[in-house]
Amino acid sequence: METDILLDIKGLSVSFETDEGTVQALDSVDFQVGLGQTLGLVGESGCGKSVTALSIMRLLPKPVGKITSGRIHFQGKDLLELSPDGMRQVRGNEIGMIFQEPMNALNPVRTIGDQLSEVFLLHQEIGVKEAWLKSVEMLHDVGIPAPDTRAFEYPHQLSGGMRQRVVIAMALACRPKLVIADEPTTALDVTVQAQILELLQTLQKQLGSSVLLITHDLGVIAETCDEVCVMYAGRIVERASTVELFANPRHAYTRGLLSSIPRLDTMPKTELSTIDGMVPGLSDLNQGCRFAPRSGKIHPQALLDQRSPLQEVTEGHWVESCPLCSNL
Amino acid sequence: MNAPEELLKITDLRVHFPVRGGIFRRAVGSCKAVDQVSLVLQKGQTLGLVGESGCGKSTLAKAVVKLVEPTSGSIKFKNQEIAGKKAQNNFRKNVQMVFQDPAESLNSRMTVGAILEEPLDIHNIVEKNVRSERVGELLEQVGLSASAANRYPFEFSGGQRQRIGIARALALQPELLVLDEPVSALDVSVQSQVLNLLMDLQSKLGLTYLLIAHDLAVVKHVSDIIAVMYLGKIVEIGPAEEIYLNPVHAYTKALISAIPIPDPTKKRERVIIPGDVPSPINPPAGCAFGHRVGSSLYPESVGKKLDMEEVSTGHFVLQCPCCT
Repeated sequence: METDILLDIKGLSVSFETDEGTVQALDSVDFQVGLGQTLGLVGESGCGKSVTALSIMRLLPKPVGKITSGRIHFQGKDLLELSPDGMRQVRGNEIGMIFQEPMNALNPVRTIGDQLSEVFLLHQEIGVKEAWLKSVEMLHDVGIPAPDTRAFEYPHQLSGGMRQRVVIAMALACRPKLVIADEPTTALDVTVQAQILELLQTLQKQLGSSVLLITHDLGVIAETCDEVCVMYAGRIVERASTVELFANPRHAYTRGLLSSIPRLDTMPKTELSTIDGMVPGLSDLNQGCRFAPRSGKIHPQALLDQRSPLQEVTEGHWVESCPLCSNL
Repeated sequence: MNAPEELLKITDLRVHFPVRGGIFRRAVGSCKAVDQVSLVLQKGQTLGLVGESGCGKSTLAKAVVKLVEPTSGSIKFKNQEIAGKKAQNNFRKNVQMVFQDPAESLNSRMTVGAILEEPLDIHNIVEKNVRSERVGELLEQVGLSASAANRYPFEFSGGQRQRIGIARALALQPELLVLDEPVSALDVSVQSQVLNLLMDLQSKLGLTYLLIAHDLAVVKHVSDIIAVMYLGKIVEIGPAEEIYLNPVHAYTKALISAIPIPDPTKKRERVIIPGDVPSPINPPAGCAFGHRVGSSLYPESVGKKLDMEEVSTGHFVLQCPCCT
């Protein structure tokens, strides 16, 4: 199994310099993405999902964001040790990224064909004409009707769903081994979301890529991912296969998340269960169990000061081993 | 209990926006944002309005609170006409709105107390010397402490800000609240807190809700009646359970099947709708949905007048040859 791991992240910590001092956005995050696998990162805003994605791409805002420790191994090489030039070869070529808001990810004053061609021109030694033809073919692959005329259009002429297809085309243009999709469907309607998720899955099968899917929607996770990491306040608190996680959630936060979403089969008009309180701010985090204030259980000081490590409860099911917040 | 009272009655409402072109900015066409919409909302009920972006949900909501003037049709609030220029404005304190993004709908330079006092001031309904007490009451009603009045919106989290938005809407003791995507900007764990608060307030104060949302699971959870809109028209309306269990219109079916279910063991047959919502400026001649999915029966709907028909008690569907 060891050889099948594409991306291996160990002990990744990231901190940001802010006016209120240094805040830690990620606290020793570990996970692996296998070949051809879809891994979901789920959590609420501010839990560090997007920072994880940006760290892999080494696109953290400079100079405020810094990777303080850890390593990111991709196909055996450490991305953190690559030169800026070497990293540019990886971005868009071996790792593609799909952004949340397609209007902001595209250049409004250039045609989509032009923007797509750029990917090919940068990473493959081909001419402008050939790059254009390849772009049109790519647009066709992501299901854009009449791609040869559409390629001459500007982003504002396309609908939200179409724009997201263009962004996907750009991310997949060089047939990357890993695709990082950061909330790819959050800005879209449910019907279009269904189209885009379907498209992503089909293309993933065709290319054999691995996908790191970042979302806050547990429904999307359930329908697309093989494995899930639940993040809370900069840490992974639970990691398991999708089926296992939804069947036996062990951490109090995961259970809270799962029970607070209204489902189609919950009794209408009944009170929904909630998680008390709110997501903690990054500037006032303790070292120990970070879910303690919302768990409704009084934690002894030792648990608040000392982090409980992730523990493997059943095979492949890891959970932060705070005895009060998780069923071990 | 006395017989259910009709609080809001919308008949044949149209809101068309002119599309201007040429150097003289003459109207060259019109955008039919809301087209022939009729619905009735009874006191104490919740009506959920669902549909994709651009289908006219928000325009309909704005017409109800009179932020846009309808082109034709009537909106009656407690049997009083509110559409048209001659209509009285005194219904306004009975109809209040909660907006989608609490960060943008609260003035960041006013304290929470000032935000909540402003409606009381405009309508002059609470004596000046007891206003701050009323503000405290309002804040406690939505689950915040009265001391929040002295703080500014930026000091609160998203969920708390939405509570302030709800408190502001409640300040005038309205009967109808128009909720435009009240939870879509919130995190999952906070979303359920706000939904609980809304349901709680409804049963305590006897409020009526017109809820607009794109999350169908949320809408189904809190609504009595659901109306599905597509391209400015209501295509299906009926009791919430009925719409989910026996959807008749093809669009409703597709919309329901598109919701991702948070259960990995359930694999469903999914109806993927191709394409996007057509432009309301230049809608297709026949059934707009049949046109989008490329139904073979679409030509039959061209030129036909499509009507709502009752399929079971209170469950109306837009009859069209290609979708029902």
